[in-house]
Amino acid sequence: MRRLVVILPVLLFAALLGIMAALLTDGERNNDPSRLPSPLVGKTAPVISLPAIAENIPGGFSTEDLKGHVTIVNVFASWCIPCLAEHPLITKLAADGARVYGINHRDTAADATTWLRRHGNPYEAIGADTDARASLEWGVTGVPETFIIDANGKIAYKHAGPITPEVLEGKILPKLREAEGG
Amino acid sequence: MIAEIGQYVLIAALVLAGVQAIVPLWGAARGEAGLMAVGDRTAIAQAVALLIAFAALTHGFVTSDFSLSVVFQNSHSLKPMLYKVSGVWGNHEGSMLLWVLVLALFSAAVALYGRNLPPTLKARVLSIQAMIGFAFLAFIIFTSNPFARLTPAPLDGAGLNPLLQDPGLAFHPPLLYLGYVGFSMAFSFAIAALIEGRVDAAWGRWVRPWTLAAWTFLTGGIALGSWWAYYELGWGGWWFWDPVENASFMPWLFGTALLHSSIVVEKRDALKSWTILLAILTFSMSLLGTFLVRSGVLTSVHAFATDPERGVFILAILAITIGGALTLFAVRAPGMKGGGLFAPVSREGALIANNMLLTLAAATVLLGTLYPLILEALSGGESRVSVGPPFFNATFGPIMVPLVLLVAVGPLMAWKRGNLRTASRKLIPAAVAAILAIAATFLAVPDGPGLAPFAMGLAAWLGAGTIAEWGGRIKLFSSAPTVSLRRLSGQPRSASGMTLAHLGLAVMIVGITGSSAWRTELVTTLSPGQTVEGAGYAVTLESVTEGRGPNYSFERATLLIREDGKLVTTMLTERRFFPVANQTTTEAGIRTTLLSDLYGVIGERGRTPETANAWTVRFFVNPLVPWIWFGALLMSLGGFLSLSDRRHRVGAPRRAANAPPANPPSQPIPAPAE
Repeated sequence: MRRLVVILPVLLFAALLGIMAALLTDGERNNDPSRLPSPLVGKTAPVISLPAIAENIPGGFSTEDLKGHVTIVNVFASWCIPCLAEHPLITKLAADGARVYGINHRDTAADATTWLRRHGNPYEAIGADTDARASLEWGVTGVPETFIIDANGKIAYKHAGPITPEVLEGKILPKLREAEGG
Repeated sequence: MIAEIGQYVLIAALVLAGVQAIVPLWGAARGEAGLMAVGDRTAIAQAVALLIAFAALTHGFVTSDFSLSVVFQNSHSLKPMLYKVSGVWGNHEGSMLLWVLVLALFSAAVALYGRNLPPTLKARVLSIQAMIGFAFLAFIIFTSNPFARLTPAPLDGAGLNPLLQDPGLAFHPPLLYLGYVGFSMAFSFAIAALIEGRVDAAWGRWVRPWTLAAWTFLTGGIALGSWWAYYELGWGGWWFWDPVENASFMPWLFGTALLHSSIVVEKRDALKSWTILLAILTFSMSLLGTFLVRSGVLTSVHAFATDPERGVFILAILAITIGGALTLFAVRAPGMKGGGLFAPVSREGALIANNMLLTLAAATVLLGTLYPLILEALSGGESRVSVGPPFFNATFGPIMVPLVLLVAVGPLMAWKRGNLRTASRKLIPAAVAAILAIAATFLAVPDGPGLAPFAMGLAAWLGAGTIAEWGGRIKLFSSAPTVSLRRLSGQPRSASGMTLAHLGLAVMIVGITGSSAWRTELVTTLSPGQTVEGAGYAVTLESVTEGRGPNYSFERATLLIREDGKLVTTMLTERRFFPVANQTTTEAGIRTTLLSDLYGVIGERGRTPETANAWTVRFFVNPLVPWIWFGALLMSLGGFLSLSDRRHRVGAPRRAANAPPANPPSQPIPAPAE
């Protein structure tokens, strides 16, 4: 028993080491789209309905509002650093004419308001998901995540993690065009 | 020329480390005093060599020698002198050089002041230190050479990250490294003890001052970093659970546990293998922190060196150092004899509970920091997430509550067997204070967050409990004042240090509670002359002037803060633009009273024609926030006070009779039985 206990730290460390080595050596880790398909892709987006963050921020939306147009729904939070990193690209998407909605994940109204004021608000509407219930419905594992919802309210594509210029060019824009075309 | 000297002594330091890693260890195994003594000389020579290397690099920065690649990338001729000097460690290469320099200085300190250590233990400690030094020196020379030249030399430099051009941050890394790297001493002592196969009370007594010193520096370093984030980042917050912050916080948590468990080893000769494991884990966290920050596997506002080759190198160092240490532990720990017995209700028991909670807290932070990495690896890079403050607030806070409750109880317990009834009688003042604090907070801020009064009660419990325990020791009020005074001067400094540090924790909890529960915030757009009311104050943007600093241009806003029509303060806040780096920073205007901070920041100027003469102004009232750093200061002072205890200066008593005699230089020393 005692032998087992003292070996435990070294075993745990070995596992951790393996993970970090895999991360470091796998240079292509961001460019493999097929590894983790979300079970929700291709299905109708689960029904959610969210209030606005604050009075002066456009928002509050439900799945009903998404129908009729292709919409990008971006899950973000003011405390999330990768969200800040992808924010300029989200802004650019919106400026280029895409319909971008936001789900504000586990955030406070004050923090989110400050963040949006500081970094700009590209979203047409934002729903406050304070308790992450809606995120759970949509199978969000963490922030940031970005969904493309087609005109029929089906999830056409989901990207977990921050949007980088490569992701934008290689995945988001083609999927967006595909959703708009079909 | 001077840079070439630096390059040369850096290689010399590598060779010295190689010698020191092998010869004293071999000497200890064979029992040859002459070979063991080599370690002392190489350790001192290595420290001198690295001091010269560091001076050479500093010379490069001070004279703006842009033929050095590091100086070109991180300095600029227009930069103020202070930041030319702090630029030495404000970059990857220079900070790694500082890392090995601090390591070598600690080794040299052992060589110089460790005269009362048994020679075999000292030789082994120095060898382990040298192995770590060798690995990092090789890392510097082969992947991050600070003395690499550029031809032709550029005319001017690219500048230091403007965020780092700040007096608070200039001294943050050296303090942090003294802490980080200081834990290498505990690590080396632990490995040496595992090799010797013996841990006793004397070992605990040798390890403790080193751990205490490292802990004290790390406390100061973390506090300074958080203070910098508070006034420089302009977000009004002071801790963001950023991976790089966590990287310094994890060794602190493990180090705090180690600090307490080594007391048990020293006083009661118990908890030995656990303390050894903690010593290994604490330094492992320092190494892991270095890896996370330096390899760029984590996205962070702080990370400034990302290079896969460096990452693989540091990972190899991690694998060998931590993996080797834990394997050695797995082999040797079962053979270690347990020491003194004790009842569950006792000082030992309280310290074990302290260790469990601190370890759990550290594991939580570790999980939160690494979870995004693990998920990313397991999902093949498909899932990249950020674990933010909600996770840490939900998990870390609840672990801290029983810990803080316990901190007041532990010192009241007797060693071996404590008496709950006596202890609870002594805790009456603490309980009264806690109830009063809860009630007072409820009455004063009835509409605040519901948990805040209880957090204040927790702080009062700890503060009053600590003072009551101290009062009991010096017989305050229970005997004549002269007796109390005499007892006060007779207190061992380590005990007074503990009181001060625990009191600091209570003060810090008050600050954390105040600033997170009752912070009010006003964000608005103002043109000069306009006034806005909110957060209990009237804020007027008096004027905005433009000007130039040494290497930046600025917009400086004057804010008038009024309360009930009376002028409270005139506040200056700046928005600085650094053209070389194309980056903007803010300087918050802070008016502090001991009870709260008024915090004003000027933001961006409006972009449209109508708003061209308007600026975003953010104004925070941060109640009690100065208490956070005041508490950290008390904790550090407690550390220093305890460190100055006579016991540590005089040194440990000789080992038991079966130990080798201390330091007879001419005779060969028999190898210790293992």
